[in-house]
Amino acid sequence: MLDLFLQTVVNATYAASYLALVAVGLALIFGVMGVINFAHGELYMLGAYAVVYLYVEQEMNYFAAVAIGLIFLGVLGAAMERGLFRPMRDNPLGGLIVSIGLLLMLQAAVAMGFGVRMEHITAPYQTVIQVFGMEGVVIPLQRLFVILAAIILLGGLWVFLRRTRLGWAMRACAQDNEAAALQGISINQTARLAMCIGAALAGVAGALTAPLVRTYPYMGHSVIVAAFIVIIVGGIGSLEGAVIAAVLYAFVHTFVTTQFDGVIADIVGLVMMMLVLIVRPTGLFGTKDRA
Amino acid sequence: MPDAVGSRGGGGGGKLAYTLIGLVLLYALLIVLPHLVSFSQKEILVFLTINVLVVVSYRLLTLTGEWSLGHVVIMGVGAYGSGLYAKALGVPVPLAMLLGACTAAAVAFVLSFPLFRMKGFYFLIGSFAAGEIIRLLWKRFREPFGGPKGLKLLPSFPDIEIGVVTISFFDPVNYYYFCLIVVSVSLFILYRLERSRIGLTFHAVHWEDRLAEAVGVNTWRLRTLAFVTASFFAGLAGALLGHYLTTVNPNQFDVEQMVFVLIWVIVGGTATFYGPILGVVVLTVINEIVLRGLGVDQARPLIYGAILVATMLFLPQGLESLVPKAKALFTGRRPAAPQGQRAGAE
Repeated sequence: MLDLFLQTVVNATYAASYLALVAVGLALIFGVMGVINFAHGELYMLGAYAVVYLYVEQEMNYFAAVAIGLIFLGVLGAAMERGLFRPMRDNPLGGLIVSIGLLLMLQAAVAMGFGVRMEHITAPYQTVIQVFGMEGVVIPLQRLFVILAAIILLGGLWVFLRRTRLGWAMRACAQDNEAAALQGISINQTARLAMCIGAALAGVAGALTAPLVRTYPYMGHSVIVAAFIVIIVGGIGSLEGAVIAAVLYAFVHTFVTTQFDGVIADIVGLVMMMLVLIVRPTGLFGTKDRA
Repeated sequence: MPDAVGSRGGGGGGKLAYTLIGLVLLYALLIVLPHLVSFSQKEILVFLTINVLVVVSYRLLTLTGEWSLGHVVIMGVGAYGSGLYAKALGVPVPLAMLLGACTAAAVAFVLSFPLFRMKGFYFLIGSFAAGEIIRLLWKRFREPFGGPKGLKLLPSFPDIEIGVVTISFFDPVNYYYFCLIVVSVSLFILYRLERSRIGLTFHAVHWEDRLAEAVGVNTWRLRTLAFVTASFFAGLAGALLGHYLTTVNPNQFDVEQMVFVLIWVIVGGTATFYGPILGVVVLTVINEIVLRGLGVDQARPLIYGAILVATMLFLPQGLESLVPKAKALFTGRRPAAPQGQRAGAE
């Protein structure tokens, strides 16, 4: 019984890690630009397909594929900011609507390029590690990569936002765009950087989980729903909130899935989000800003 | 502040006569149309007629300024409700359809309590969550919703016998006429509602909700009224669809369908009554004639997405904003001052 419990804890930690990577990017984009990027799940999906293309089809080194995927997604994010979100800046739901259009386009483009069939990627490292010194509690190395990547990248982002001038500029924009502009901060540059970071984080999450899940063009849907739940529960625009809510959601979801089934777990997650929206729309850690 | 009420209606007797002649011609065309097209296009006419009701009812909701992502699920509530009443309880299909629509309205009424605590983006996400919860419940519970495969073999609309003539609604043309009547009546009701004092107050709630409250308008009640009425007609559209297909399943009402409704409405424009109709008709014609002709089935979402993005960037007031310009070109007069709302603008 104890080993099942501990195994579920390990699984939930893994789920929390990739979810946090996706949700923190989403929260960062919302915080800085005030845009909800509905296509964020598709950026995750593109990260996975970068691995499908480079690692499986071009037989490149796995980590090189992940790195190229990260750069590609970062550039794509910056392009999205320039082409889609900047023209929509004074239109509160406009950015969301164009991102829905982009979502359809990316799904269809990938479906046309790679087919709608689910692909199963063989993980480059098959090692399974025992944890807690128990026979029945294991973690595959590939999952450990995801957890490590989440810790390193999110930790790095935290340091960047707290310790560098660019990070301060970004936080200033998140608090008050106009006041930040008056201090000489370029809103456009900051927004581009936020989109770049957000998209790259989603891409890394997709690239690292690609060998662990089935990749198909519509895989972003379940991820974006989970990420929405996480950023709403955590308080929209709050990065710390997103991380804590990702852990909370992943644990609830994993335990409910283990006890009942996946659909019930999805319902529980959505009910959680509805309750937060009703009782405390600013989320557990949100402030009144941007609410 | 743009005037969202539109400039149609009112006017002198001459204008009314033109409107009447226009309507008669339009209906003459709509009655002849199914005899001019192929069999598969007849089916598409049925869907198009139903979709017109979906987008127009959706627009009623947007009048109060809220954009929902749950409208298609509410439509599904009507389809499931009507199907269950007819199949499990043996209610005659026409009555079941009305009951299904009432069920959709009732569900919307219940949902309005949590949802109208939210506004703007929060409403959007809240309605999405509520819709997904309902859809997952259909998926999860085999009894009575049939699980992922949904309800099958629903009773279809009963034949009507007038003397020696039997009208079978298995024939898409007859079902199209039936839908045309139901949708026309619904559109008339929705149109009158918007023109009434209540409809004008919807606009007030949208553009100046604080001011409206200050002069004694109960904005909560009005939002709920718009939501419940829109949901009733969405449910009716769902019931029409369910008994035509004789099957309903959760995937028919997923978020992708909702995205298509959103695209139709935004491409058409929401400032006028005819905007969303224009959107759904033009996009369906493009879809069926151009895209099917080119044989690019897989690229369809790509093109739809591109159309949505291009509309938002280059034609934010939708196709309807072209109508006054076209009219001006036709009559040689200068177009009236621009009117209308941009999709998503609060």
